[in-house]
Order: sequence, then structure tokens, then C-alpha cells
Amino acid sequence: MADNLQLNAEGKLKHFLSIEGLEKSLLTEILDVAESFIGMNDQQIKKVPLLRGKTIVNLFFENSTRTRTTFELAAKRLSADVLSMSISTSSTSKGESLLDTIRNLEAMFVDMFVVRHAISGAAHFIAQQTAPHISVINAGDGQHAHPTQAMLDMFTIRQIKQDFSNLRVAIIGDILHSRVARSQIQALNTLGVAEVRVIAPKTLLPAHVESLGVSVSHSLTEGLKDIDVILMLRLQKERMTSALLPSESEYFKCFGLTEDKLKIAKPDAIVMHPGPINRGVEIDSKVADGPQSVILKQVSNGIAIRMAIMAMAMQKQGVM
Amino acid sequence: MRRIHIKQGQIIDPVNNINRFGSVYVAGGKIVSVTNEPAGFKPDTIIDAHNQIICPGFIDLSVRLREPGQSRKATFKSETVAAASGGVTTLCLQPDTSPVIDTPAVAELIKELAEKAGYPQIYPIAALTQKLEGTELSAMLSLKQAGCIAVGNANQSVRNLLILRRAMEYAASHDLLFMFRPNDYWLGNNGCAHEGAVATRYGLPGIPEEAETIALAQCLELVELTGCRVHFGQLSCKRSVIKIYQAKKYGLKVSADVAIHQLHLTENDIIPFDSNYHVLPPLRTETDQQYLREGLASGTLNSICSDHQPHDIDAKLGAFPETASGVSSLETLLPLMLKLVAEHAITLEQGIASLSGNPARVLHIKSGALTVGFAADVCIFDPELEWQVNSDNWKSQGVNTPFWGQTLKGRVTHTLQAGKIIHCLEKSG
Repeated sequence: MADNLQLNAEGKLKHFLSIEGLEKSLLTEILDVAESFIGMNDQQIKKVPLLRGKTIVNLFFENSTRTRTTFELAAKRLSADVLSMSISTSSTSKGESLLDTIRNLEAMFVDMFVVRHAISGAAHFIAQQTAPHISVINAGDGQHAHPTQAMLDMFTIRQIKQDFSNLRVAIIGDILHSRVARSQIQALNTLGVAEVRVIAPKTLLPAHVESLGVSVSHSLTEGLKDIDVILMLRLQKERMTSALLPSESEYFKCFGLTEDKLKIAKPDAIVMHPGPINRGVEIDSKVADGPQSVILKQVSNGIAIRMAIMAMAMQKQGVM
Repeated sequence: MRRIHIKQGQIIDPVNNINRFGSVYVAGGKIVSVTNEPAGFKPDTIIDAHNQIICPGFIDLSVRLREPGQSRKATFKSETVAAASGGVTTLCLQPDTSPVIDTPAVAELIKELAEKAGYPQIYPIAALTQKLEGTELSAMLSLKQAGCIAVGNANQSVRNLLILRRAMEYAASHDLLFMFRPNDYWLGNNGCAHEGAVATRYGLPGIPEEAETIALAQCLELVELTGCRVHFGQLSCKRSVIKIYQAKKYGLKVSADVAIHQLHLTENDIIPFDSNYHVLPPLRTETDQQYLREGLASGTLNSICSDHQPHDIDAKLGAFPETASGVSSLETLLPLMLKLVAEHAITLEQGIASLSGNPARVLHIKSGALTVGFAADVCIFDPELEWQVNSDNWKSQGVNTPFWGQTLKGRVTHTLQAGKIIHCLEKSG
């Protein structure tokens, strides 16, 4: 509905801002294209010339190591020229406006912005304002969306489970503040899983969370029953100081994923986490490093999925 | 002063129970007769109101004109022209100017700016507390004497209930109306959208309706304790309407209004991240809108305000939560009221009353009616005339309206303020 901004007149990907508004066939295409790139990780020369001569700017208004690095590597493996900028800004002490930053970079003839920003809607705003030939990839905006993370999660799930239709997926933790969770829920529902279940205390769930197409549990021991895929979320420390949770230890006691709790899920359940991990807060080290964990696989897959999305968004420029 | 004959239109004056064809006669700045031509009346000006509606000029209980302090957004000059072209003849100015309206000097400056703009009927609302900080009382009596029509909290919350109680007691001592926008600071939690399905989906910080209803309920309790006359402004949700209904039934002397955009838009309209829909209180659900409309029809809500808040372009250019809230809305007030009539939410008489007679009663002013002897504040409009909201037709310096580009029906052709023609639509328009 609202997000045809993401597609060009032929219905092809132009911007990648959120999962919302994208058809199952397009999500599947992204996964398939990423599949074709995955073999490259093992090759001596890890490069294809798809984006040769293109300039990509990683515009990070919020700190990130993993996401920025994998975007950078993905761009380089597509032979693009990459510029990574970390712009520390807070809404109170900003000098140059977001739009001025964009305008200045546009004047340097860039082809794509990869944007991370602390405010929901920032990537949409840039896509609406930027010159028509430029593609915008959302690398996380506020509490709204982190669609490339969700797609690499979908890719990892498909790698291991092959088919989405019978899967029951649990998302555990701070759903309220999580852009990752919002994008995961939309992607899982679009790809047609059997159930998405969110597990969290009420303080970490947004209003009317059921309207996102999920079932709700406030108990990890109840919620993990019959689960095939466990998606953990990172818990920010500041949730303790804003009266959303009493303490890290109480959170770990209730919602921390331990070996014992993991046994409640299906025996072949996989454990995922977008990183960075808070060991001993949301997840026990034995689980994070254990046989059911696919956390590092997610990181590797992040490169292929971002290559796929960047290449597809550049199709209009004659790439692919 | 000029003698004006407003000739042969449909006169609608709900206060005097008039709805018939005829003429209105103005002399010396006042209404001298309705329907019957006074003996020997020789007009200097004749306004042909054929196929038009003649009604009292509109009284707007909540506007921001951005002066003093933010003239890059708008000025008295630009916004009074916008008001006049929207048929609005009386404006109540919210106190969150810069500096805040908390001293007689600022109130006097506003009266002066109004005179200079050729639009004297601007009433400042004094800040309830100094600098609107909710800690010390403002000099309400001096502010009243300097021309303030009421006291108010603008968009600021009064966090300390003891201060609120004392402010209301003090206002009541001087028979001052308290114009209160209920809004609990903590529950509001710096949100920017209705806490509901849309905010959840798009990751926008939410404002629950309880931020409004709890502040409203607390204030209602204090109305009984303090005897203060309170007008609740810009209500946004179902349960606020129910609470006002119950309070009135119980016998409390309270009144309430709703901003025009709340009667037409809902949370679903803000997608995808259109900052022109960023308003406070936020746009809520269809159920809320339905209750607000019914509240207006039943008289639970007394009036409609524009909640006019013009902004410069930059203020609306950004990611949704970071943009300034508010709509530039004086000029769309009439057509949007008429749209409510067309959608059978209210009758035309109710619509006109909610913009004229009813807010006059809230303010205890002799206005809002075509009563003989009243200042001749008159709005003449063509209910069928369609116009597009675009830069050719727009007068306000703020173009921040979600209705930009839309074609609306109903346009003011003439506006009289105390007998002076302050707006006349060019024939080409």
C-alpha cells in the first residue's frame, strides 16, 4: 500500500526502505539472488563487476559496526566505490540538517545511499527528497524498520529449514523499541510461516501488537513450546533506567535463553540474534556458542543479502 | 462609518433562530437591522449576497500567529489576511509566544500588533503560570486588565496538581475562563502519534489517549473543588467526549472544543510519514472521530476551532517525529465545516453555531450573532463555490496543510469585522 515509493514504474525495486508493501515474490527473488552470491565467499577473488563505476555512500547517523562493515564489504564485492561516513548527531545539537547533508552528497554524484538513523521515517524522508536517480537502502531507522537484517534472517532460516510454511517462530525481547522485530514480523508473515509469536513482558510490547499478525506470550517457558526458530533481540541497558524493567538479572531469570529453556522448543530449533549480544542478559553464552546457534552464519549471510539488495535496487541503471 | 447593505442572501443566525432569505443592514460598525430596511437607510456600499449565506463572523478559540517571536513562520499581517479570507473575525491567541504572554507588556504588544495589522479583534490568552512552566502563578488580574480574555496552558502540561488547583482558584477569584488543553506530560512521553496499530507498525513513539483523558479527569475534579470555569480545548478521543458529557450532565460549568482536522482525519492518514499530518494531540482512530462528530452534533462539544499553527517549510521538512506539529488551518475551516454538513454529521445551523454563537458564549462576549446593536462581524460565503488549496488562493504564510492541492467546496466572499470590510474575494477567484 503505502510503500510503492520503493518500486519503480515496472514494479522493480528502487529503494529498500521496509518490508511492508513488498510482495512475497520480490522477497523470494532477493533470497534467490543472494543465494547466487553466497558461493563467492569461498572463492579466491571475491568480486563481481556488477556495480563497477557506481558510488555508494554509507551514511550512518547512529553507531554500528556489523551492519556498516557488511554493507561496505557487500558494496566492494560488487566493485562499487564506497564511502562510509559516521555522522554523530543528536536532535538537540545538530548543525547541518539531514536534508542539507543529503543535498551536499548528491552534488558529489553518488548513486546510492545506505542510511542508518535514530529517527523512525528518516529513510523514507531521504527517499522522498533525494534526486530521482539515487537509490536509498534503509540500514535501520529508529524503531521503524531494519529490512536488510530481516532479509538476512529469512535467508538463514531458509538455508536451514528450506520451507517457511510450517514454521513457528518466536521473537523474544524488546519488541517495543525494535526495528529488527518489526521487519522480521512483516517478512515472516509475507513469506507465510505458520505462526509468529512474540515473547516479552508487557512493558516491552507496543500497543495493539497483535495487529502486526503475531500471537503474544509473557512467559518464555510457555512461549517456547513447538517453536522451530528463536529470534532473540538485544536488550538496551537504558530500559532499566526508564522503569521498563527492574534489573538485568530479573530479565535474565524470566526471558534469558538458557540451555534448559532451549529444551522447551523443538529439538531442532535454531537460535538467532541480530547482534551485538549481551551475554548473560538476554542469552546464555552456552546457547550463543552452542550447536543450535546460527548467529555467526547470520553475519556471513549479511554480506550476500546486502549484495543482492544493492544490485537489485540498481537494476534500473542497467545492472543485472 | 460606512453604511452597508448586504443584499438578499440566506441569513443563518442560530443564536437568534434566524434562517431565512433577506438583507442585513450595517451602520456605525454595528448591525442595525436584519431583514427589515430601516427607514431612510442610504447605503454607501451594497454587497450582493445572492445565492450566498450571510452568517455571524467566526470566532476561533485557538490560533497561533507566530508573533511575537517567530515571524519567520508567520506574522500578524499574513495571518489576519488568512483569517479574514476564512470568514474568521475574532481570534484567541494561545500564550506560547516568545516571550510567553505572562506579562501585561506582552499582552499590550499583541493588541498593538493587531491594531497595526488592521484586525483589532485578537484576544490574547494569558499564560496560567509564569513562562508556562507550571510552577508560579501569572499575574492574572493585570493580564485580564491588559486585554487577556482567558488564561491557558497552551501545549504545556501542568505537572503539579497543587499548582493547578491554586491557579484555578485564583482564576476563579477574578472570574477568568481557564482554557485547558488536557495533556499529561509523563504519559505523553514525547510521542508523536496515536498509540495504536499505526504507531506500532511504523515504530512511531505513541501518545495514549489516557495522556488526555487522565489530565481531563483530574481537571474536572478540580472544577468542582475550585469553581473555576474551564473550557477544554482540542479534544481528540472518544473517552474525552464521554467525560465532558458526564460532567455537563452532573452540572459542572464546563465547555469543550475540537480542532477541525480531528473531525476529518485519522491515524491512518499519517502514512507514509507525512509530516503535514503531525499534530498534537495526535490523529486518533475512526471510532474517536465518530465520537467527536457525535459530540459536536449533540452539543457535548460546544465549538470547532481551527487550531491554526502556521510553520515555515523547514519545520516540516524532516523525519516525521522530528518535525514540528500543527496545521495551517484558518482558510480551510469553513469548507471543512461544510464537509461535515455534506456528510450529514451536523446540520448547517449547528456548524455555523459551533463557529460563532457557541464560542462567543464560551468567552462571554457580545458577538457571534447578527443581533441588532452587536458589532457587525459578518461572514458571507458561497456554499457551492469550489476552490483548490494552492498558492494562488492561499494567504497564510504557512503552507503546512494536509489538504494542500485538494479541491474544497465553500468559499468566503466577504468578511466584515465591526462593520469594516476586511475581505472581499476578487471576482476572478
